[in-house]
Amino acid sequence: MAEVAVSGLSKSFGATQALSDVTMTIPDGSFVVLLGPTGAGKTTTLRLIAGLDRPDAGDIRIDGASVLNDTPAQRDVAMVFQQYSLYPHLSVRDNLAFPLRSPVINLPEPQIAERIAKVAEVLRIAHKLDNKATQLSGGEMQRVSIGRALVRSPRIYLMDEPLSSLDAKLRADLRIELKRIHTDLAATFLYVTHDQIEAMTMASHVGVLDQGRLVQFGTPRQIYEDPVSTYVATRLGQPRINVLPASLFPGAPAKATHIGLRPEHIEEGEGQEAEVLRLEHLGDQTRLHLRLKGQPLVTLAAAHTRLSAGDRLSIRPRAPLWFDAEGQRIR
Amino acid sequence: MAEIVIRNLRKEFGSFTAVKGSSFTIGNGEFFMLLGPSGCGKTTTLRMIAGLELPTSGEILIDGEDVSQRPASQRDIAFVFQMFALYPHLNVRKNIAYPLVSQGLPRAQVQAKVAEVARILGIEHILDKGVSGLSGGDRQRVSLGRAIVRNPKAFMMDEPLGALDAEFREHMAEELRALHDRMGATTVYVTHDQLEAMQMGDKIVVMNHGVVEQFGTPQEIYDHPATLFVADFIGSPPMNTLHFEGNVTPGDRAVTLGGVQIATPQLREEALGRKLVLGVRPEHVMLEDNGAYRGRIEAAEYLGTTQIVTLSTPHGALKARVPSDRVVRTGDAVGLTFRAERLSLFDAGTGRAFRTASNEGVFHG
Repeated sequence: MAEVAVSGLSKSFGATQALSDVTMTIPDGSFVVLLGPTGAGKTTTLRLIAGLDRPDAGDIRIDGASVLNDTPAQRDVAMVFQQYSLYPHLSVRDNLAFPLRSPVINLPEPQIAERIAKVAEVLRIAHKLDNKATQLSGGEMQRVSIGRALVRSPRIYLMDEPLSSLDAKLRADLRIELKRIHTDLAATFLYVTHDQIEAMTMASHVGVLDQGRLVQFGTPRQIYEDPVSTYVATRLGQPRINVLPASLFPGAPAKATHIGLRPEHIEEGEGQEAEVLRLEHLGDQTRLHLRLKGQPLVTLAAAHTRLSAGDRLSIRPRAPLWFDAEGQRIR
Repeated sequence: MAEIVIRNLRKEFGSFTAVKGSSFTIGNGEFFMLLGPSGCGKTTTLRMIAGLELPTSGEILIDGEDVSQRPASQRDIAFVFQMFALYPHLNVRKNIAYPLVSQGLPRAQVQAKVAEVARILGIEHILDKGVSGLSGGDRQRVSLGRAIVRNPKAFMMDEPLGALDAEFREHMAEELRALHDRMGATTVYVTHDQLEAMQMGDKIVVMNHGVVEQFGTPQEIYDHPATLFVADFIGSPPMNTLHFEGNVTPGDRAVTLGGVQIATPQLREEALGRKLVLGVRPEHVMLEDNGAYRGRIEAAEYLGTTQIVTLSTPHGALKARVPSDRVVRTGDAVGLTFRAERLSLFDAGTGRAFRTASNEGVFHG
């Protein structure tokens, strides 16, 4: 359990600036999710904090003390990777014991047994402890590799897309599981993903990265409801927010070039006339694909709407977000 | 343009039966989805329609003509694969022209056709480029172009978007569907992604272990799953299934779970002393403090406008989709009520849905 603070963190690989001047504080006991597409700098941030790479500039402080000159082992952080790397010839128990038997930690066996029993209970794999790693399902293997991080009770857990190689159902289960583990341990998690559902559902704070820069840091609700730019606004929400020319609707503030409208923030009844191009019946909701003055936009309708392609309806914005020519929010 | 009728189609590979007597009809101009998990027989079905596999028994009628034992070349169907197989040494124009050139079409006609297809797909600006430097989306467009240019009776697509990343897949799915709307050609599309099937399809066949579990429009399949498999496979999160034992008789308008009466659509069938399953979609669960049926809140997941609340009940775990401004606290006990007219009831043994006033006429066809 620890607070991690990074300041002015930069890193380049050859001509590529992977991370530019990132400053953020990961509070003690928080679940921070770094969100961004491939190449945004998520994994680079993790590796710098873990001590696997050295920053070009900036500082990393764990509980107030700089760790820049510490080895990964001295930093006392644990990393969970996307690809679970278990020892196939060892049992689940021995896989979990492995980090504790390492020369650095070298815990006495009775204490190892105690820790494994506790972690196995948290992860609900107690009945699998004597199985070989190869006899486990994908979800169980990923739980064991998370378990290998948990047994060490490090100061901070770093997780690099640990769920992305699992199927959708298992991912949904493990999202809840991970959040429960986080609460039970009251530990500090820094978690990297490009999956917006994982970010929204698990995080206490989300950091949105864009080409190596941290562009917003806040609760999932702040990021969703109060984004600083069109880039951040399009990271969260399915279907994605409509970003349209500001002139389509009345009331645009000066300098606004674009209006951002979440699909659920389009009201029907009065306003501008739009044409229904197509309906998508997703079961619980129906997505309406509309055209308004030549612009495509998506809104939501009740599952059993009577609308059909070719119909016309009037729409108006509710709680619109306005953006300037650079995509920055105008408040 | 074609109507495709499948009757009792069966395919055996040695002792393994991949497809066990499928029957369904693909209407002229429909975008038709074959949906199911891997190994369910959906690709085998597609390959039989295309003529790449010959069925062990059964009929495939294209516009009323039985083609089931004819080779692919005599069926006039175009196949689009997951991995875009383009000729790397030819440019885009020549890749698209290839099927026409090999048919011996005059050059002027080939040029006219290629120009038309390039315009439909919006790839006129890359016609003279080599295919090796193209983005994934453009490669997919070129391979579509090669299928379209022949003007076949129908298109077969085997997970054409499977290799693309999530964001781009959504974009290409919309593009494919818009293309279909412009051309109106019968399309049969294989996927294991239920959301893709719901989004793009006019009709869906859900398959599992070589058997057609259900056939209908996306909304019918979502609202009235014919089997427990479909209930669990469609929807995210899927339909909740509460397991209980009880008796129901035709005319009943409620079931009893743990002493609590829960209103349902009027039942049309009888089941005495059987293991039953009540099916309820997450958006049809309401958290109400005075609800007689009780659950305990285990977790809440924020999703923007809505949140998914996971509850434990005496009959199993349950997920509810409720507005995100509803305050929920882990550990709290809450009352639950369900939208009666939207509930399904299944036989736990056979997995089959009972007929009720709300699903009559939707399946068992």
